Amino acid sequence: MMRAIRTIFFKEVLENLRDRRVVMSAFLFGVLLAPVVFALTTTLASQRMAEDQERPLVLTVVGATEAPNLMRFLQENGARIERAAFPAERAIEVVRSGLHDYVLVVAPGYAEKVQSGEPAPLQLVVDTANSRAAGTTERTRRLLQAYGSQTAALRLLVRGVSPTVVAPLEIRTVDVATPAGRSLLILGMLTYFCLMSMLVGGFYLAIDTTAGERERGSLEPLLALPVTRAQLILGKMLATSAFMATSLLLTLLAFSVSLRFVPLENLGMTSNFDARVALAIFAVMVTFVPLGAGLMTVVASFTRSNREAQTWLSVVLLIPMAPIMFAVVNGTRPTNALMAIPSLSQHLLATSLMRGDGVEPVHVAISVLTTLLLGVCLMWAAVRLYRREAILG
Amino acid sequence: MILVEDLRKQFGAVQALRGVSFSAADGRITGLLGHNGAGKSTTLRILSTVVRADAGRALVDGNDCATQSLQVRRSLGVLPHASGLYAHLSGRENILYYGRLHGMPEAALASACDTLIDRLGLREVVDRRAKGYSQGERLKVGLARALIHGPRTVILDEPTNGLDVSAVRMLRELIRELRAAGCCVLFSSHVMQEVAALCDDIVIISHGCVVARGTPDEIRASLGTSDLEEAFVRAAEIEVVAQGDPVARDATTRPGGLA
Repeated sequence: MMRAIRTIFFKEVLENLRDRRVVMSAFLFGVLLAPVVFALTTTLASQRMAEDQERPLVLTVVGATEAPNLMRFLQENGARIERAAFPAERAIEVVRSGLHDYVLVVAPGYAEKVQSGEPAPLQLVVDTANSRAAGTTERTRRLLQAYGSQTAALRLLVRGVSPTVVAPLEIRTVDVATPAGRSLLILGMLTYFCLMSMLVGGFYLAIDTTAGERERGSLEPLLALPVTRAQLILGKMLATSAFMATSLLLTLLAFSVSLRFVPLENLGMTSNFDARVALAIFAVMVTFVPLGAGLMTVVASFTRSNREAQTWLSVVLLIPMAPIMFAVVNGTRPTNALMAIPSLSQHLLATSLMRGDGVEPVHVAISVLTTLLLGVCLMWAAVRLYRREAILG
Repeated sequence: MILVEDLRKQFGAVQALRGVSFSAADGRITGLLGHNGAGKSTTLRILSTVVRADAGRALVDGNDCATQSLQVRRSLGVLPHASGLYAHLSGRENILYYGRLHGMPEAALASACDTLIDRLGLREVVDRRAKGYSQGERLKVGLARALIHGPRTVILDEPTNGLDVSAVRMLRELIRELRAAGCCVLFSSHVMQEVAALCDDIVIISHGCVVARGTPDEIRASLGTSDLEEAFVRAAEIEVVAQGDPVARDATTRPGGLA
């Protein structure tokens, strides 16, 4: 009987919309918090990256007087040379303590070796664990290599040999990544936020309609009405699903607005997140709603009180996040097999959409089918749980 | 018409009901009397089909609570122990919700709702959120909700707990009206005066067994005291002595017989 399910659905929606606490927690995270946090972190990251490019290369050198030509070359290429106020032996200590990001040590005897045409010793003391210095360290290394190549070419020319003899390969890297494809980590964060705000949107309803109803003593008279328990729990899960879908939609819309103000170009991304893409991502991710609603309802049905349900559900929220974390760290690409894993498949499809890569119809089909199937199974499990007497607590 | 035969129910290690039998007739008020934990609530839960009995059977208007639970639920109005109103819905919304779940057509539901609101004097509060209701207002809305579909059989679980005098008086009046309309009213209580003031028939239950049943006069006579309070206490004591002794238990349940 559809009317009973509809009645229960509308009552749960109405009751929870009137609860300010529920509405705040359901939609605040998705609509305000997630886009703001995301916009802030990406803006900071892109500013850092821009600064790294423009920052003058300050190079602390021990024994600069030994290598006047090298120093001149470095200065011509934009480096600022600072003579070290400490001896070579202390270089390691200084870098390790973070006082300097890196130190170039010109070893004694450098000048003699250069004169005699032997490999001249240079020591670049770096700390690879210091991610802040990674960019400038790399620039320093490249400058030193360039100086080496230049010197080698000059020596060959003096001996009447063409420098191309020692350059048998000409390597040119062609980067095929679309501009939006580079920031996998950032996109991973975005789908994570979307999935999270979807689950958070239904969090309180899943609890309120099960453990909450039992705790308030309203479950027992409800079960004495001429409505089957399947109708009852289906109506409740539909209400939870409606909140989840709404939260997801609002989050995506909020993202599509807030991303306009984030300088994604600095990160090598185009902001491919207009309303059309947002809706496509919604269509892909909304298939996760029945699964999430079923999962949260099943878990909440086992618990004895509101408080206990909240504790358990907070843990459950992390489960769908695990595959996404895995994918982000490994840079996983979509395959047919991976599309059978709910939450991971939504992440991969949404990521492809944001990159502007387009998605394979087969992938979409597998993702939708497996996710919906698992969702139906979980909802069925919830119905079974409600048939038990223990549901009364 | 309620008929209960040899109901047994165990929760884990606790034997909540150990063979409860009684009947409650239409047009009469039957009180289910017993101490806390005697088995009153379990009996009412089985009747309202929320819990299944391990053995024995319970019939409401001839429908079995275990196998024909939907029919039973349709003919039943239940006022639970806790009011169980939804705090964020208004009183009227609470009542309409139950009416819709009973499958009532909207027009009939609206008029039934208005009738009950007038009868219970709820007009002023019924459109406010249930959150701010007083104990008495909660009871009235709970009653309206239980009676919205015009049930033939009404079950009330300790309805007078925590009520003030005027609310109790209102409740008694309403219960008598239901009797006059030919309903079968079954209500549980652990307060003797409560039951004595209202009931046509009394079923005293203790440790999961019926220890006495009949009209108030029959119970007084069988237990040899003119004071119902005293009769109640004696009945409970007899049961303790009679535990596990079918002959003794029969002796205590014989007076009055089925009402």
